[in-house]
Amino acid sequence: MTAAILGALQLLAFLAASPLLLGIVGRVKARVGGREGPPLLQPYFDLARLARKGTVYSTTTTWVFRAGPVVGLAAVLAAGLLAPMGAPAATLAFAGDFALLAALLALARFATVLAALDTGSSFEGMGAAREVTFSALAEPALFLGFLSLVRSTGGLDLTHLLGDGLAETWHTDGPALLLVALSIFVVALAENARLPVDDPATHLELTMIHEVMVLDHGGPDLALIQYAGALKLWLFGALVVQLALGARLADPAADFAAFLGGQAFFAVAIGLVESTMARLRLVRVPQLLVGASVLSAFALVLLLR
Amino acid sequence: MSLALVLAGALLAGVSGAPALLWRRRPALAQRCATGLLLAAAALGLTGAGLALAGQEAAWTGGWSAPLASLSLRLDPLSALFLLPILALPALASVYGLGYWPQAERGAASIRLQLCFGLVTGAMALVCVAANALLFLAAWEVMALAGFLLVFTEHEKPEVQRAAFVYLASAHAGNLALFALFALLGRLAGSYEFAAMRGLDGGGPLAGWVFGLALAGFGLKAGLVPLHFWLPGAHAAAPSHVSALMSGVLLKTGIYGILRVTGFFQAIPPAWGGLLLAAGAASAILGVAFALAQHDVKRLLAYHSVENIGIIAMGAGLALLGRATGQPALVALGFAGAVLHVINHATFKGLLFLGAGAVHRATGTRELDQLGGLSRAMPITAALFLVGAAAISGLPPLNGFASEWLVFLASFGAVAGRGPSALPLAGLAAPALALVGGLAAACFAKVVGVAFLGQPRSPRAALGHEPPGTMLAPMAALAAACAVIGLLPGAWLPGLVRAAAAWASLPAEALAGPAAEAIQGAWRVSLVALALLAAAGLILWWRRRRRLGAAPATAPATVPTWGCGYASPTPRMQYTGSSFAAMLVLRFGWVFFPRIRVEPPTGLFPRRAAFDSHVPDTVLDLAIVPALRSGVRSADRLRAQFGGRVQSKVVLLLAGVLGLLAWLVLR
Repeated sequence: MTAAILGALQLLAFLAASPLLLGIVGRVKARVGGREGPPLLQPYFDLARLARKGTVYSTTTTWVFRAGPVVGLAAVLAAGLLAPMGAPAATLAFAGDFALLAALLALARFATVLAALDTGSSFEGMGAAREVTFSALAEPALFLGFLSLVRSTGGLDLTHLLGDGLAETWHTDGPALLLVALSIFVVALAENARLPVDDPATHLELTMIHEVMVLDHGGPDLALIQYAGALKLWLFGALVVQLALGARLADPAADFAAFLGGQAFFAVAIGLVESTMARLRLVRVPQLLVGASVLSAFALVLLLR
Repeated sequence: MSLALVLAGALLAGVSGAPALLWRRRPALAQRCATGLLLAAAALGLTGAGLALAGQEAAWTGGWSAPLASLSLRLDPLSALFLLPILALPALASVYGLGYWPQAERGAASIRLQLCFGLVTGAMALVCVAANALLFLAAWEVMALAGFLLVFTEHEKPEVQRAAFVYLASAHAGNLALFALFALLGRLAGSYEFAAMRGLDGGGPLAGWVFGLALAGFGLKAGLVPLHFWLPGAHAAAPSHVSALMSGVLLKTGIYGILRVTGFFQAIPPAWGGLLLAAGAASAILGVAFALAQHDVKRLLAYHSVENIGIIAMGAGLALLGRATGQPALVALGFAGAVLHVINHATFKGLLFLGAGAVHRATGTRELDQLGGLSRAMPITAALFLVGAAAISGLPPLNGFASEWLVFLASFGAVAGRGPSALPLAGLAAPALALVGGLAAACFAKVVGVAFLGQPRSPRAALGHEPPGTMLAPMAALAAACAVIGLLPGAWLPGLVRAAAAWASLPAEALAGPAAEAIQGAWRVSLVALALLAAAGLILWWRRRRRLGAAPATAPATVPTWGCGYASPTPRMQYTGSSFAAMLVLRFGWVFFPRIRVEPPTGLFPRRAAFDSHVPDTVLDLAIVPALRSGVRSADRLRAQFGGRVQSKVVLLLAGVLGLLAWLVLR
């Protein structure tokens, strides 16, 4: 019974609390920079404001541009069914579900990239080219991480990989899991367009990656994109936090509370990274992502030894 | 019954070109008859293959006066699964040909095309049911020759001539390996009947040679790196519906051959699986990397065939590893992934080649960087092409994901296993496949984005117009197949697993456990796909309600694209396909040798500047052709020594004969 309630709660938190992570990140950055900063709920106000607005479309665009935000959000929502996010089990768990999760995120990216190319703008083409390049390099890092987890826990679904299977593994294979967690954290930064890969606050189109791809979106469409971005951050946060929390507490409700605390900590960590680092030069970003792959590969070597 | 239906289908397909010869005066009627025959052949053959998959296996043996040969035929689940695309895709491509390659306009060349199109289809079907080595080789040779004539269709173009002769030479190099292969197999089994070859010992002294020859001969047909060199040229040179047939199904006969020959053996050494897995991974990664660097949309699609053959080989390699180490889960999942990908690749690659043909027909160019904005002029083609592009990139809810998911599952299963038979290194297939998926998505974002989206980059691209219904209908059918297989992969798995058990000579119960888990997972994939569609519908409804409920607009609803303040953008300022792929192509500098010509702007008021780049095929253009050329040159030099005098030639001849005699005597 508790499991069912918590299962519903984890979906509810996913849908409702994810913009809060962005609020925390912004607040931490402001505080470290010595400013007061926007209220924690600012992302919600932004979404509500955007949803009320009208839309302006470029004359060059077709239905592909309009479909981009819809497919992007739908894919991230569907991916939310597959990840365990605090409750004892994911909403749907089956062998190989992580491959579907990664493929759904790839679908969201594909839709966004095509929408960007539909505008015919060279800036958006540039952003799209960077996005596909970096994500193609991030993909092996993520799968090497999953591979290490599969090796250490012996399970084939995310609920086992990031939950039940981890209790003993942190004792036996601690260093390897730490490397995997680090690697997935780097992938999370890259996939969510955070520093040091992409600067969400930049104002120069030439240096942007994700933001430049959505330059021509406005109103409800932009709200869909920003909401999808928040959900994606929650999803990656869930991967990192579930992995880092490791062992389950005796009480599932306490476990859920610990997960929520972990997500807040994840947002603070991103805020600190963003406050202390500058964006990497574009030619350095592939090295960072290959570095993440190497971390995971090293974890695998530790596990196979 | 099932075999008779398939045979009737193969026969009908084989003679489907005959009306073109008979009714030269009425080309339109003749072409419609040929298409009708191919459709009837597909209907008969698919019924037969379906019956075989449902359990009605059949075999038949007839006499044949040729030495060592007999007309042995056998229809088992493996043959039946390969027959599905082999009969269905040519029929659809032929319907497409009604609009794309009308016999009434093309004249004699199209009569030859029609004849060979049917012949190659019939020969492929025969290859799949042949159960005698000589019959197999005969059908294989017909297939190779008819394939050559198909590539050679537009023989007046120099690039077509070159591509066709490279194809012919490589096809016969492959045949040479196959003759050696079946000679060895015949010696091992004592008979040239496939039935006698079952149960050979994989650890035997000659077994390694058999596998090596199979990998070389069949790998050359399938296009495994580095034996892929003939493929991009041939597929780009052929007319598009022929490219669809060649890329979609002709390559798969190579995979069929590898699976058939490995099915003969028991107690396979793990090295076979490892080798096939490594070759598959190399093909997949290099295939997609070369594809990214292409400017010609058909060459690009051809390199993607190398990639997909690599994915299929990875699945087959995992299945072989499973057989070698006794892991039924690996056998079931690897084999199912490989064979389902054979079928899937036929659907989406067929669709993509047909789409590329529609673009070529409308604009007269295959250069990506000359295109742009075609989704306005040809919206249906664009939407169908987009479905194919998403499917080949392995995105849910389409079929490319379903088969790649099975290969992923097999690879992760290999890592999860413990004990002496564990194969942790086979798990590295998973990150390789993930990289390939990411690169494929990048490549198809480039193709769709540059060809169909944005604004026309040249006056030619502005000529785009929708093709006739006979061309759109086959594309729509293939797109529907992509969606149906992708939404319901679970429905295919029981048949695939039964075929896997027959291939691995295992009892069906041995594979039941892992199969049940995979089938359960596949249905959950369907459930998530359904949730995805529902969510998309819900969001669309929300946005529509927002738009209707919004206050009357004060700003105009449409404006030009934001150019960051620049007031007069032109279509030529759009990002091109080459620049889109440049960052990724640079990563593969260690295997590419791009030819780049740069003419930088000079002076204070530069007049013109130019840049062009071209990535040649490393194997063909930088290894084989230079090697052959230097061989010819040294042979020329040797010949010049003797200056064409009869006397010196006689001396050489005499020396040669004496040398041979001496060898015979002294041996």
